[in-house]
Amino acid sequence: MLARQYEGVSSIAGPLVVVEGITDVAYDELIEIHSASGRRRGKVIEVSKDKAIVQVFEGTVGLNLKGVTVKFLGKPFELTMSESMLGRTFNALGEAIDGGPQIVSTVKKDVNGEPINPVAREYPRDCIQTGISAIDILMTLVRGQKLPVFSGNGLPHNELASQIARQANISGKGGNDKFAVIFATMGATHDTAEFFKRSFEESGAFGKVVMFLNLADDPSIERIIVPRSALTTAEYFAYELGYHVLVIMTDITNYCESLREISSYRGEVPSRKGYPGYLYSDLATLYERAGKIHGKNGSITQIPIMTMPNDDITHPVPDMTGYITEGQIVLSRSLLQKGVYPPINILPSLSRLMKDGIGEGRTRDDHQSVASQLNALYSKAQDVAALASVIGEDELNDNDRKILEFSRAYESRFVKQGQQENRSFIESLDLSWDLFKALPKDTLERLPDQLMEKYLPKGK
Amino acid sequence: MKVFSINGPIVKVDEPDKVFMYEMIKVGKNKLIGEVISISPDTATIQVYEDTSGMKPGEECYPSGMPLCAELGPGLIQNMFDGILRPLVGLHKATGSFIGRGAEVFSLDREKLWNVKMLIGKDQKEVTAGSRIAEIEETDLIKHYVLVPPGVKGKIVELSPDGLYKIEQTIMKVDDNGQVHEVKLFQRSPVRKPRPVKKRFSPLEPLVTGQRVIDAFFPIAKGGAAAIPGGFGTGKTMTQHQLAKWCEADLIVYIGCGERGNEMTEVLEDFPKLIDPKTNKPLMARTILIANTSNMPVAAREASIYTGITVAEYFRDMGYSVALMADSSSRWAEALRELSGRLEQMPAEEGYPAYLGTKLGEFYERAGTVETLDGNKGSITVIAAVSPPGGDFSEPVTQQTKRFIRCFWGLDKNLAAARHYPAINWLESYSEYFDDLGKWFNENAGPNWRKLVIESMTILQEEEELQQIVKLVGEDVLADHQKLILRVAKYLKTGFLQQAAFDKVDTYCALPKQYRLLSLYMDYYKMAKELLSKGAHISNLDEMKSTEGLAKLKFTIKNGEESQFDGILDGIKKDFAQLSAKFQ
Repeated sequence: MLARQYEGVSSIAGPLVVVEGITDVAYDELIEIHSASGRRRGKVIEVSKDKAIVQVFEGTVGLNLKGVTVKFLGKPFELTMSESMLGRTFNALGEAIDGGPQIVSTVKKDVNGEPINPVAREYPRDCIQTGISAIDILMTLVRGQKLPVFSGNGLPHNELASQIARQANISGKGGNDKFAVIFATMGATHDTAEFFKRSFEESGAFGKVVMFLNLADDPSIERIIVPRSALTTAEYFAYELGYHVLVIMTDITNYCESLREISSYRGEVPSRKGYPGYLYSDLATLYERAGKIHGKNGSITQIPIMTMPNDDITHPVPDMTGYITEGQIVLSRSLLQKGVYPPINILPSLSRLMKDGIGEGRTRDDHQSVASQLNALYSKAQDVAALASVIGEDELNDNDRKILEFSRAYESRFVKQGQQENRSFIESLDLSWDLFKALPKDTLERLPDQLMEKYLPKGK
Repeated sequence: MKVFSINGPIVKVDEPDKVFMYEMIKVGKNKLIGEVISISPDTATIQVYEDTSGMKPGEECYPSGMPLCAELGPGLIQNMFDGILRPLVGLHKATGSFIGRGAEVFSLDREKLWNVKMLIGKDQKEVTAGSRIAEIEETDLIKHYVLVPPGVKGKIVELSPDGLYKIEQTIMKVDDNGQVHEVKLFQRSPVRKPRPVKKRFSPLEPLVTGQRVIDAFFPIAKGGAAAIPGGFGTGKTMTQHQLAKWCEADLIVYIGCGERGNEMTEVLEDFPKLIDPKTNKPLMARTILIANTSNMPVAAREASIYTGITVAEYFRDMGYSVALMADSSSRWAEALRELSGRLEQMPAEEGYPAYLGTKLGEFYERAGTVETLDGNKGSITVIAAVSPPGGDFSEPVTQQTKRFIRCFWGLDKNLAAARHYPAINWLESYSEYFDDLGKWFNENAGPNWRKLVIESMTILQEEEELQQIVKLVGEDVLADHQKLILRVAKYLKTGFLQQAAFDKVDTYCALPKQYRLLSLYMDYYKMAKELLSKGAHISNLDEMKSTEGLAKLKFTIKNGEESQFDGILDGIKKDFAQLSAKFQ
């Protein structure tokens, strides 16, 4: 299609530019702005008969009304795709920033993607062993799932995410299938990006990783594009090249900040905490791109990371996320203070897909019961601990004291593990039974008798 | 008519005098489906049900002359549709694994032949709206009645014989004072207007769900409305799925409104495998799915609630009791908010439009038990999940919803964290139907039903108060009769209120089993109380062998094998008799 070009714009506010006197401009069309400072790109976010509102990806610093040329490209924003992206690093717009050559390919994909038809989806059932006991036993990750990490500033979410990426057997039984990690940062610090890069390099996995970086000092508007570029790449690898793809996105909170920023520039009616009313729908267009499709080999598993402002799980960003994702892994400051890594608080954590991914023939027949029992005991232990803080531990009855001791052993032996420690499903399950051993049988009400018979270690 | 401006799903067009409010219109060269939602002197505003990327001002629009309608006829059951009732299987064929745009797919299969049996006798000369003309075995569970559409009546001038027909074929012609109507196997009904009925009844019969906490403590009536509010992870969808699987409605309309794609896939994969305990047929044979997942266009999400309830009304008019599950009504309200925002309307609370309450009211009032136009009895029960941000029930959608529903099943984060499912908080929930339905339960479930339920609720309430003390000073300071309350409450909580959805036996609990479980626990309470009054100590109760596994009976005794309770009760009675002999 013929590109149309216009000299000058009529107003500029934040990342938004208004162009008047236009014809034949399409909603969501890609544009280029040329000025003395070079080329920038953007897209049309509202259009009427002779006026278009354009959102500029790289920000509008240095632009003025007269000295710019706006070029309408007649197509939505597309990314060039190729298998050779593995091992490379890109900016939000898919331009190589690692000093290597740009990607050349005839495959171009619209970054917005389209919703997967629910009848085309395959329900995810293949569990992924991450080697982390708390996750594997209590919130099992399943191939095709979206399982976010709810964290806070100063908590080791990056370490956890990189450990998952290193240890997860994404490629499945036998490991014959191809796998790739796609890593996207939104407003991350240089240190964070460097940390991930180093940890991928050290584990020798960098050749399997595609990185999309938007750092804290990059234009905030680009943060809107990064996850879309990453997910579009993931879809290409999963559904056209047959890879099992793990997508790690950090930090979703920064992404939502950018969304709020643009919404405010557009003068939209805000809903909770100033976030736009479409925050839920917008996040859904990212998260729902995880999944598996009938008749395709690959899959997309997502681990988005967000730092909850003030550790508040009811903040709109974690809240909206929790409503869309299939569970969450919640990190806890108090566990970290006790020296527990990974500091996963199992009570608010959950994997909605684990029920179909575990059990006989997948992990082991006792998995569901063990998980349920661990949860119930740990929940009970919280009540006991609260009571002990009032009346003192000495006043507790025997049962309660045992439960309290159990919960401590559970935190220090089961949840806590090394950053390089990789436990199998079976090891983690056996460890749970070893912990159960110390408790009287009648407190183990969620374990059916035949399982107790089979797995509970005999003798004292 | 031409496109004037585009802002996401909101498109303005010129020549507004050519359209009417809520008219369906095809927009732009891709012919995307939309609906007129406001008209001003210069432009008409349209909400478009598909992604508008790439649309340009100046593209042509095509008004349909009809409001947004649902196509109603055989072929709906066992199928899955999007928010504007396009079949997802058809869309899959048309646009592949990802939902493309502008695909024109009819709701119902045009080519399929249905075996039609006429119901109109030779001597019948006239029909009125709502009369049954013919029947079709649509699935193993549902007989589909072809009804005279609303507004049509008159002399029968032509009648087809039994046979195989496609849905577009005319099976009857009716002459209404010179105007001839053709009646086909399907009809169209505007989705935003309730279908007419003769009159409404008060709801006096329960919709039995097989879920103990609901049937016993917070029952819902056929024709009633219930809300399930809960933060994420509290099990709203799980509870909805359980109800859709086991409730005793003839037909289920399940609307996945702005929720997860994988959940809808799960329903699609699971339901055909599940067998209805009453009829031994797959549950899918009574289920219609409407899926507008969170990443599908937001305007279609707004419409999905209306298409869903219109489908439900159509089957109600055949005399069926229909249960409609909406998961989640909050996502629908958010769609309303998003569209309202793009229309630059003045917001009320938390950005929601001021008409949120009105719209919710209009929707919930479409539930009810009614006499249909041809004198049959049908009902629609609405069960809607609500997703309050942060699990805070004081937010606008939950509060507005409470104005229109009579059953409130509040889900509790702490219960969910302890994996107590269903996480329905028994102190916060209520059912205004409890008194109305008490008589039915006493007559049909067990003579003491009402009394038993009230007594056990009292125990649960007392336990809550005692727990306050226990939290402060520990359990040991309580008197023995208070410890007994804790003990019985624990039986009630683990043995009755908790129900394992994944356990083959426990997932569905018929009323006789519910009754026996509850009366067993209460019998135990009464006998234990008596024993304590004779001077026995609470620890004496631990000597009893017969109470082992008392909390696990829900797993071990199957529906229909309630006679096993007799033996257990006898054992307990014997143990008590022995103990009590010691304290004479």
